[in-house]
Amino acid sequence: MNLTQNDYEKLVKQASPNSKILKNCLGAFLVGGAICTLGQGLITWYYSLGMDKTAAGALTSITLIALAILLTAFHVFDKIAKFAGAGTLVPITGFANSMASPAMEFKAEGFILGVGAKMFSIAGPVIVYGTVASMIYGVILLLLGGM
Amino acid sequence: MAVRKGNHTILFERPITLAAAAAAVGKKEGEGPLHDYFDRIHTDTTLHEKSFERAEAALQKEAFTVLMTKAGIAPSDVSFLFAGDLLNQCISSTFGLQDFSVPLFGIYGACSTFSEGLLLAAMALEGGCGERAVVVTSSHFCTAERQFRFPLEYGGLRTPTSQWTATAAGAVLLGQSGTGPRLTAATPGIVTDYGVKDANNMGAAMAPAAAVTIGNFFRDTGRCPEDYDLIATGDLGLVGSELLITLLKKDAIDISRQHNDCGLMLYDVKGQGTTCGGSGCGCSASVFSAYLYDQLKKGRMHKLLLVSTGALLSPTSTMQGENIPCIAHLVEITAGKEGA
Repeated sequence: MNLTQNDYEKLVKQASPNSKILKNCLGAFLVGGAICTLGQGLITWYYSLGMDKTAAGALTSITLIALAILLTAFHVFDKIAKFAGAGTLVPITGFANSMASPAMEFKAEGFILGVGAKMFSIAGPVIVYGTVASMIYGVILLLLGGM
Repeated sequence: MAVRKGNHTILFERPITLAAAAAAVGKKEGEGPLHDYFDRIHTDTTLHEKSFERAEAALQKEAFTVLMTKAGIAPSDVSFLFAGDLLNQCISSTFGLQDFSVPLFGIYGACSTFSEGLLLAAMALEGGCGERAVVVTSSHFCTAERQFRFPLEYGGLRTPTSQWTATAAGAVLLGQSGTGPRLTAATPGIVTDYGVKDANNMGAAMAPAAAVTIGNFFRDTGRCPEDYDLIATGDLGLVGSELLITLLKKDAIDISRQHNDCGLMLYDVKGQGTTCGGSGCGCSASVFSAYLYDQLKKGRMHKLLLVSTGALLSPTSTMQGENIPCIAHLVEITAGKEGA
């Protein structure tokens, strides 16, 4: 074939459909927004039970994580995520799902090298770079005299 | 003896007969347009096994067992097996077929393994090394997702160019005698790399490999697309099929009227949510063993080319940012008077 890689790249671009950005954004906005509203509802409810800001915040995160794991276990989360995309992925629910789904799947390889090791296959990098980013942020804050 | 034609093609002179074929598939494949042609349809994705890997092995075992029943022979009548799958070290083939004590060649050509197996089996029989050979290949959606992508319950979006790995196994019995469609020619593929790196766009990666092999076949033999009822590619899906036709047109070969893709035949692509169509070693294997073989047997098709296409990537090469080299093996199947 008389075709360069560049020519082929152009053909591939023409033939490959793009992601439906508008539809994906709408799904993410609706479901992501609903999750945030639920979180706000929970925190308000926990306040009304007499909790302080820290306790209510922590318990809201825990509730959302538990819900996400439960939905993952019942094979529902991925179906919602198919519509929601980043809407379920970005909030803490996505993090919970990324831990729970490999834990379920790699049970077949045992609890040590399967569940234990693979649980962090998706979430691991988030933890590593989250920690690194917070260190850098801390150093910058220190240099600017914010501490 | 076989005759070499041109640079790449082999013409088989002995009648290498495709004596029987069998296919076992999963639920989604069973709900697709080829529903009536499969020998076994499983509604349980694990096939009651304790892991998905065991389920895929069971699928191969079943395809082989059904094939033996349909052909009315015993495993001991088979001279050798050519088997392959997508999993590391081809465990579905070796675990699934170990009980039969048939000499086995484990082969890997990614999704092109099925036509690679047919080609190798025909060469072995033509060379007089055995009486009968069986080709079995399989893939399983869940084992492939586990090995190549994300956990099943992970809530990530599939990109619009992605394909769906078929849960399916296909098996074909080839012999030196008997009736049935014949394998009359073959063009082995060469590794082709046009710089595609996106593992979620396998159709685009594989289309040049298919174009090279099909181009080589027509140049070597002097035949033309009009000589065929069907030119079936392995699993290029929607994107790859379009690209293949465009690429071949640049070489003045127009297959747009004869071409279809096994990945597009296996599913109702839009209705079943398989994005760009099916893929996997079991895709072209099951479509051929169930549907195409039946059409050839019934005389609805007389001559076809099966061009299974494979993306030769691994999770490691993808993570290291390498291109996706691909390969496509072509076999010509002839049925009816011309082939009898």
